[in-house]
Amino acid sequence: MRAFAELLERLLFAPGRNAKISLLRACFTTEPDPERGLALAAIAGALDFPGAKSATLRELTARRVDSELFDLSYDFVGDLAETIALIWPAQGDDPPALPEVIDALRAAKRSEIPGLIENWLDRSDPSTRLALVKLLTGGLRVGASLRLAKLALAEMGLVDVNEIEEIWHGLQPPYAGLFAWLEGNGERPTPGEAPVFRPVMLAHPVEPPDLEKVDWSAFRAEQKFDGIRVQIVATGQETRLYSRAAEDISAAFPDILAAIDFHAVLDGELLVIRGGVVAPFSELQQRLNRKSTTAAMQREFPAGIMLYDMLFEGAEDIRSLGFDARRARLEAWFARTQPARMQLSPLIGFGSIHDLAALREAARDEHSEGLMLKRGDAPYVAGRPKGLWWKWKRAPLNLDAVLMYAQRGHGKRSSFYSDYTFGVWTEEGELVPVAKAYSGYTDEELNFIDRWVRNHTINRFGPVREVEKSLVFELGFDAAQLSSRHKSGIALRFPRILRLRTDKPAEEADRLETVRGMIS
Amino acid sequence: MHPHPETWLKPTPSGLYCVPGDFYIDPLRAVPRAVITHGHSDHARPGHAQVLATPETLAIMRARMGEERAGSALQSLAYHEALKLNDVTVRLVPAGHVLGSAQVVMEHRGSRAVVSGDYKRQPDPTCAPFEPVRCDVFVTEATFGLPVFRHPSPAGEIGRLLKSHALFPERTHVVGAYSLGKSQRLIAMLREAGYDAPVYLHGAHANLCALYEKLGVKLGDLRPATAAQKAQLKGAMVLAPPSAVGERWGQRLEDPVVAQASGWMRIRQRAKASGIELPLIISDHADWDDLLATIKETQAPEIWVTHGAEEALIRACTLMQIRARALSLIGYGEEE
Ligand SMILES: [Zn+2]
Ligand SMILES: [Zn+2]
Repeated sequence: MRAFAELLERLLFAPGRNAKISLLRACFTTEPDPERGLALAAIAGALDFPGAKSATLRELTARRVDSELFDLSYDFVGDLAETIALIWPAQGDDPPALPEVIDALRAAKRSEIPGLIENWLDRSDPSTRLALVKLLTGGLRVGASLRLAKLALAEMGLVDVNEIEEIWHGLQPPYAGLFAWLEGNGERPTPGEAPVFRPVMLAHPVEPPDLEKVDWSAFRAEQKFDGIRVQIVATGQETRLYSRAAEDISAAFPDILAAIDFHAVLDGELLVIRGGVVAPFSELQQRLNRKSTTAAMQREFPAGIMLYDMLFEGAEDIRSLGFDARRARLEAWFARTQPARMQLSPLIGFGSIHDLAALREAARDEHSEGLMLKRGDAPYVAGRPKGLWWKWKRAPLNLDAVLMYAQRGHGKRSSFYSDYTFGVWTEEGELVPVAKAYSGYTDEELNFIDRWVRNHTINRFGPVREVEKSLVFELGFDAAQLSSRHKSGIALRFPRILRLRTDKPAEEADRLETVRGMIS
Repeated sequence: MHPHPETWLKPTPSGLYCVPGDFYIDPLRAVPRAVITHGHSDHARPGHAQVLATPETLAIMRARMGEERAGSALQSLAYHEALKLNDVTVRLVPAGHVLGSAQVVMEHRGSRAVVSGDYKRQPDPTCAPFEPVRCDVFVTEATFGLPVFRHPSPAGEIGRLLKSHALFPERTHVVGAYSLGKSQRLIAMLREAGYDAPVYLHGAHANLCALYEKLGVKLGDLRPATAAQKAQLKGAMVLAPPSAVGERWGQRLEDPVVAQASGWMRIRQRAKASGIELPLIISDHADWDDLLATIKETQAPEIWVTHGAEEALIRACTLMQIRARALSLIGYGEEE
């Protein structure tokens, strides 16, 4: 556990992305199995200990520390996990090993967990205690650290990071097979026939200079639907519906699952479609962020999928084919299969970029966010390869930002965390605040966000809570302007929340550079 | 009946005043007669008429503020020697904080009060160790008076510095440290740990290091960092005031590892917010456990707290059934 604690501490203080990657690589190269795999799992947020929550730790601490002294300390330190780690009265020198902790937690009955934790805290020094508390309460899932860990793994095995992304969702902690492969002691672990999520291909936003530079005649255009991106994985035996963040949302969409009787991996947009007509996003929203659904909901808000790509036909991986070839396969397959609840995303013919500009503006009336432009010869490449796929969103301006801080509102909202600060990513992979917004959500969404904020607080500064950097919002605004008052150097005019993007991983929120490009 | 110290030792806007002795301890403004615990600028201020302190503290005051501003008449009192001032006997006892630092022990008609000044209990090769003195009132600092502050072993922290230095031999390690006390302690501990390469000093540190050497504290090969070439400092150990480390001065160095030696480094987010890559938890103040242990050792039935996190320390005294109160003296705790 000590090595893991040291890694976390050094990652916190390491000044840049490269320094962090080399720290992670050093850990993966020098630590034995299963320690390194468990460290990776902790960073990936792949470990969950239902019996060990913040409340458990607070209770344990309250038994050992005077409450007034605790409150004064918490007030000063600001971070609950760190306060507990530092104030814990014992000073041990025999911390438990990471595998010991994980095995014991998995084997323990819920009632035994507090006793285990107390013993571990007694045996540890403060920095190990902090790692332990963060591990138990899930406080390690911060920012883009999983991506950095994958980059470190790629460096370690001298492989392309996409090779790791491709198989990642089929891997299980402590990832012994992955490490064996990276060290040249084993085959690349492949998911085989398991219904795993495949990394998706993403688009770059079109910036004004691109309009002139790019030869658009090589591109195909589609609408950018205003739903959520999903992946259907059907192996013939098993079927899954994944969000773009690789979250299994099958249980919330039994109507879609029931319509899948084929063997393919498909990329598409989840929408509410009624009689062939796409409904506005607000209707789909009624069915999102739920663990399950009712028959009435399914009748009232019937889900459908607008298909736009095919990754596997049967067991055949066709991602290396160009877009046109894949599209032909998709169309032929669609004509043969006639899958229920699904449509083909229509290709939009155009003569020049000027035609597209008009179409993009018209998008407003069709519940569409703008246009997607995909190169006809582009293979399906995971990540955001330059120049292959573009998204050209309609005005007014919008961006995807990550919730950083929340504060209680006023008046009837005074008991809710309803005022938010949002940030975007810098080149160095840090979030900087760009906007505050207090409007644009439904009451139901406010309830959801409020609960989320309370469960994901990592710091308190008086009335302000700093939250785990993992919830993405789409913000609309009228203009972006230069500002010396903000650390980001940018101020947004009239920012408002357009919608919650629980489907979007925080790492894929917009970058500061993109926002700079919107300055008028 | 011995007179209770609160009848003859009083907090005033100028600082703590000993009535029968007619002197102030670490006065915050110029006074006719001052007893100074140690040379840090928040305790040793210029312009007093008569100053009583250890010979080392007087030497430090002269070096820092010049002969004139250090006081009109400087009187030195060696550790443990008794001096009668009117109806009060004064002794200076080591406080373990910096070279020359002393607790002021005052006896008046059978009642004894001890003013700690700043103090620590951890080992420090550059000064005499703290000696607990039994008393009726112990006046303590509380800089790290919260139970989250428990300093690790200083040798272990020096070990971390040397480990980083071994890991990044090409990078200049620039360590932020106060120029009086911390800087010399770091150098001496580096020497104890076997580091005998030259240590480069920011200008603010050079004078005081020279004075320590003159007062018999061996610091080894010291060189000025300003005159040295950037390339020559590659992989070197450089000490600078905390304020210079993050500033232009620190950035002139090539790919530096920015470290800071302070008790505040215990709080990660604080260290991170100040741009420190290598926080070293090395403090010249007592941590929480040492504050409580010292209070117990003095066996004082009553504790007065001068500056720092008074609230928590008073709470802890109450839990130990010791009377405690805050003096709320304003002006301490901002050492340079
Ligand atoms: Zn001091
Ligand atoms: Zn002080």
